[in-house]
Amino acid sequence: MRRWWLALCVVASVGAASDTRRSGFEFMTPETQAIQRDDAQNPAMLWVQEGAAAWERKAGTAARACIDCHGAAPTSMKGVATRYPAFDAATRRPITLGQRINACVVDRQHAAALVPESQELLALESFVAMQSRGLPIAPPEDPRLAPFRERGEKLYRQRIGQLDLSCAQCHDERAGGRLAGATIPQAHPTGYPIYRLEWQGLGSLQRRLRGCISGVRAEPFSYGAVELTELELYLARRATGMKIETPAVRP
Amino acid sequence: MARALITMPKTAKRGEIVEIRTLIAHPMETGYRAGDDGQLVPRDLIRRFSCRYDGELVFSAELFPAVAANPYITFCTLATASGTLQFSWEGDRGFSQTENVVLTVT
Repeated sequence: MRRWWLALCVVASVGAASDTRRSGFEFMTPETQAIQRDDAQNPAMLWVQEGAAAWERKAGTAARACIDCHGAAPTSMKGVATRYPAFDAATRRPITLGQRINACVVDRQHAAALVPESQELLALESFVAMQSRGLPIAPPEDPRLAPFRERGEKLYRQRIGQLDLSCAQCHDERAGGRLAGATIPQAHPTGYPIYRLEWQGLGSLQRRLRGCISGVRAEPFSYGAVELTELELYLARRATGMKIETPAVRP
Repeated sequence: MARALITMPKTAKRGEIVEIRTLIAHPMETGYRAGDDGQLVPRDLIRRFSCRYDGELVFSAELFPAVAANPYITFCTLATASGTLQFSWEGDRGFSQTENVVLTVT
């Protein structure tokens, strides 16, 4: 009987401790965490507010606003960000949430496409993604995504650049260690678009990836490149079940 | 695209201390940094922030290059009577933004 009880305890503790994944939030200083915890302090809320206004603003030759088709975002957009990148049947490739929004702007509003990383696109993306705050990341089980995700994982483990480093060498093998003054996080995309103190502004996951790629002295892929989306697909799978924090603050 | 967020209670009891938190979108360009072309980016700062409670100045601040982008300013005031709080930010290149929030005092 006693042995049974001991075995149960061991199983329970292993179950709780087996998930060693940590959001970048937990690697931050208490001061930076405080900014993210409080919407009144979080500068990313400025973009969210702008996105909320853009959601209701008519645009393009169709003179249609997002709200005209989708209705109120807190209900219609809830959980949407947890499922991206997703497969786009029209272009036969995976697309990010920002690219999905842009496709809507072009196809439904008949407006000019928003420039990647533009303030307008980041505002809409952060507003839509915030509706999923607190929900677990849930990548779609779409077999058409599998080859892209495999290429993403390969790229994650491939040594690149003059420093000859792969993503995995820092973010899997040395997470929690230091890179000069900064703590190396585990690279889970839980809070994008993020307000990064270093940028003094909002930025997408692709901007962050490009920053890391040029950091190891490799040529970064351009915005919208399928390689970046493939990496995002793998990162989303890796972070499955972790909670969305958008709009997050990072150092 | 100037945006501001003001967080404060809508109502307060007379004599109560009210906490007001403000956040405004602004690059706060110092004038010391070089752009991609190697030329100095011209200085673009918010120089002054002030809050008037029914016309009376209750708080003001001067801002300098060391203040980060999107300045967050928080302060308290005493709720005396129902009225309008007028927040204004002024700065370089003719930057000026004013927001009004009504406070009901019971």
